[in-house]
Amino acid sequence: MTERFELAIVGAGPAGMAAALEAKARGLSAVVLDEQPRPGGQIYRRAEARDARLEAALGAEYAHGMALTEKFLAGGVAYRPNTTLWDLSPELRLSVLRDNRAGEIDAAHVILATGAMERPVPVRGWILPGAMSVGAAQILLKTTGAVPDKPAVLAGSGPLLYLLAAQYLAAGVEVRALVETQPGANYRAAAPYLLPALWQRKLLLKGAAMLRDLRKHGVKRWQGASSLAVEGNDACTALTFAVNGKRERIETELVLLHEGVIPNVHVTMAINGGHDWDATQLCWRPRLDAWGATSVDGVSVAGDGGGIWGAEAAEHTGRIAALGAAQRLGKISEEARDRAASHARASLARLRGARQFLDLLYKPAPGQRLPPDDVIVCRCEEVTAGTLREVARIGAIGLTQAKTYTRCGMGPCQGRMCGPTVAALVADERKMPEASVPPYRPRAPYKPVTIGALAAAVDADTPPPDASAGAH
Amino acid sequence: MNKPDVIVIGGGLVGSAIAYGLSKNARVLVLDEGDRAFRATRGNFGLVWVQSKGFGAPHYARWSKRSADLWADFAAELKDATGVDTHHKRTGGVHLLLTEQEVAARAAMMEQLRREAGNDGYDYEMLDAAGVRSLLPNVGPRVLGASFTPYDGVANPLYTIRALHTSLAARGAQYSPGHTVSLIDKEAGVFVVRTDKGSFHAPKLLIAAGLGTRRLAELVGIRVPVNPQRGQVLVTERLAPGVMGGGVTFTNARQMVEGSVIIGDSQEDVGLDNRTTVPVISNIAARAMTCFPVLEKAQIVRAWGALRVMSPDGLPIYAESKTMPGAFAATCHSGVTLCAAHAREIAGWIAGGARPEPTLKLVPERFDVPKAA
Amino acid sequence: MFRRLPSADAGARLRLTIDGVAVELRAGETVAAALFLAGSKAGRTTPVSGTPRGPYCMMGVCFDCLVQIDGEGNRQACMIEAREGMVVTRQMGARALGGKAES
Ligand SMILES: Cc1cc2nc3c(=O)[nH]c(=O)nc-3n(C[C@H](O)[C@H](O)[C@H](O)COP(=O)(O)OP(=O)(O)OC[C@H]3O[C@@H](n4cnc5c(N)ncnc54)[C@H](O)[C@@H]3O)c2cc1C
Ligand code: FES
Repeated sequence: MTERFELAIVGAGPAGMAAALEAKARGLSAVVLDEQPRPGGQIYRRAEARDARLEAALGAEYAHGMALTEKFLAGGVAYRPNTTLWDLSPELRLSVLRDNRAGEIDAAHVILATGAMERPVPVRGWILPGAMSVGAAQILLKTTGAVPDKPAVLAGSGPLLYLLAAQYLAAGVEVRALVETQPGANYRAAAPYLLPALWQRKLLLKGAAMLRDLRKHGVKRWQGASSLAVEGNDACTALTFAVNGKRERIETELVLLHEGVIPNVHVTMAINGGHDWDATQLCWRPRLDAWGATSVDGVSVAGDGGGIWGAEAAEHTGRIAALGAAQRLGKISEEARDRAASHARASLARLRGARQFLDLLYKPAPGQRLPPDDVIVCRCEEVTAGTLREVARIGAIGLTQAKTYTRCGMGPCQGRMCGPTVAALVADERKMPEASVPPYRPRAPYKPVTIGALAAAVDADTPPPDASAGAH
Repeated sequence: MNKPDVIVIGGGLVGSAIAYGLSKNARVLVLDEGDRAFRATRGNFGLVWVQSKGFGAPHYARWSKRSADLWADFAAELKDATGVDTHHKRTGGVHLLLTEQEVAARAAMMEQLRREAGNDGYDYEMLDAAGVRSLLPNVGPRVLGASFTPYDGVANPLYTIRALHTSLAARGAQYSPGHTVSLIDKEAGVFVVRTDKGSFHAPKLLIAAGLGTRRLAELVGIRVPVNPQRGQVLVTERLAPGVMGGGVTFTNARQMVEGSVIIGDSQEDVGLDNRTTVPVISNIAARAMTCFPVLEKAQIVRAWGALRVMSPDGLPIYAESKTMPGAFAATCHSGVTLCAAHAREIAGWIAGGARPEPTLKLVPERFDVPKAA
Repeated sequence: MFRRLPSADAGARLRLTIDGVAVELRAGETVAAALFLAGSKAGRTTPVSGTPRGPYCMMGVCFDCLVQIDGEGNRQACMIEAREGMVVTRQMGARALGGKAES
């Protein structure tokens, strides 16, 4: 069945919800689809359940997210949960999968608000049960109110590390230790940006309060840690690391890893949109104009999928992208668009001021992205860093050839979990700038689809033509 | 590399196999394009296939069969040298047929292939519905028949290219990706190959640049009229062995040693466009499911489009330049099947030996002759 | 590995089984959450080396949370909300299509 809308928005996080509300206000017929069962994206998980019990632990932003989600659900925008985009054609036909049934949506404009993912943290042992991402643990907290049953170690770099620790403490849950990997040099690199960041007092105060919390609860913080390794045979039993030239070991059954978040560029890459390498956030970003439009006609990006600026900024870029779409589709004039966007733009500028400081402060240490030879980099196909270094030497100058040689990126995650590391390894081994290492080229289906669902699109009574009779 | 004896342009299966053969006795430099180049080597089905080859061209049937015969030994040699297993296996091959028309057409083709093979022999069998089922219990109710020959088999093209590139390095040859060749000259009896990164010199030159061969071969006076033909392929998640319910290989779906099932493929003339398209993917899925209903719930985790390198008659082209001797061109559609023959016999010819008999007619001049009505 | 905060105990209850053992959840929670609350560290073993894995990202990216749900293999536990009576089994190695394990 093919549905038609003027605007299709992929992703019901802050960016997608804000875009939908703005589009609706400008008279666009819009649909929002999301693979998750509920709106809110990664940040406002289960926000619409209005679960006051957890509110205290999760803080004021979460309450804001609940309000937005509520407004979105009441806003009269068509919303399709549990719906996964698996192809976006140049004609802006979205092929989607819902309850394992294939469907299609035709749109005149598409806003991709698919958000971010956590940067993979390929330290030794990161594949063991009992090692998982900080974001994953936070999702468990938000959706289930679940917390570690024995004190966990949080390791890596980035604000999320402190945020989750603070949320655990607020909920009365003990934290074993924080093992921080940002190198000392980061503090020096970030210092000049502290002043612009001061405009974001709220954010910095929140940061200071979190650190105070850790101290108050006597949580041990290790700083400048490197060469992390999760120990264990079938599951995590300890985290070891080097600090000040000494190897430390903390026994724990749960290690939560984090090295920041990166835009989820799977779809923008698949449709051959232009991308730029962000040397600070160490990730690819789709090339966007002032209205979030990509280089592909009729496709825009809003939210963290366009670069990591956070949830509040995502709402603003969502609004801006919707205004751009409304103008492109002739619903409003350029003047009306510009006027309507001015508030969002001013807020964005303020929010971005603080970002440079955080990005430089928590930039991943090189060692966190360049694991030793024995570490599995591609979790799906179990390809090690050593194998990847070897094929970089025999001829892989990009991810497609690395994949050809080793099967890295061929599993169900389609290279999402190994791509950033493979690129870093190839760049390092061949002495190339990372920006010149071509990333994977994702293709449809963007997420796994059953053969039955694909075949359902074909007329059942005529056998499909035998295309390959004479080939090979 | 200083002063190579031979420069090979193109590091796909054709160029790499011949470079591998040449590198036994010569210093070889292989120049290849960047990571995003069209490279059929990465997108093919991995069949070592004989049964449908050489219809109306028995020399090509002979050539394909010769390569298939050489493959086992070639695979063992690669594994010894590099430790990389190409997963070659001669399983026998089956092509499934879904309508009476398909059955009739296939039977006529197989019979003509036998006639044309003459004394070389061509063993095949047409299986009826019951025959197919006794061999392959998992085929669907709409499968009406199949053709079978014992000559066919499989290899993993990706491990094959890895083994070839690994052994090139081990033999002191050099595989240099990231070079797009733009110009070729001959100065004082030596070829000068210019890329976006520099110039390279050698007395001998092989152009095996897939779709790029057309333009590059023209620079040395060889006409190689190849065109792209797109094929789309789907791959499932890794599944437990035995999905196909038998050990033989099919033309449209096969389970790899790793467990994933690859499902193919289309033949589309769409120019230099290797994207995937939903209607074609759906069609391929539908045919696979008709042939093997058990695949219904299997999940496709990847799909790709790749461009075949097609000559007007679908047969290979091997040539040495008349105007610039020492410059060769080689291209074919079935680069996996012919890999072993390329590594042994085409390399031997380019190194100075005799041209293999089955390839004597596989020259570009055949396209100059106007076709009889 | 995880426990539920006593303050987060409201909501409609439902039960599913993991490898035959009953687990009680609240409406809206995922199958992956059930794995964690039930204390099963690994929800699967890999088809490549047979080593155990558990959910890593909880947001649909890593595919390490694959389990068998109501007879269908390789489903993403972190993306699927639990339903009353669901039968979850751990995914041991490669999925066997139409085999005994997958009915
Ligand atoms: C869908 C599909 C299914 C197939 N199935 C089978 C099968 O089952 N069995 C089988 O035997 N065959 C099969 N084939 C065919 C097989 O893949 C090809 O015959 C083989 O890969 C051709 O090798 P090649 O080296 O000529 O071309 P390619 O693999 O395309 O390599 C050409 C190389 O030349 C380089 N190049 C081009 N221009 C330049 C330049 N200017 N400078 C430098 N380098 C350049 C390119 O970057 C590339 O690396 C299939 C093909 C497709 C598309
Ligand atoms: S836990 Fe990563 S996909 Fe489910």
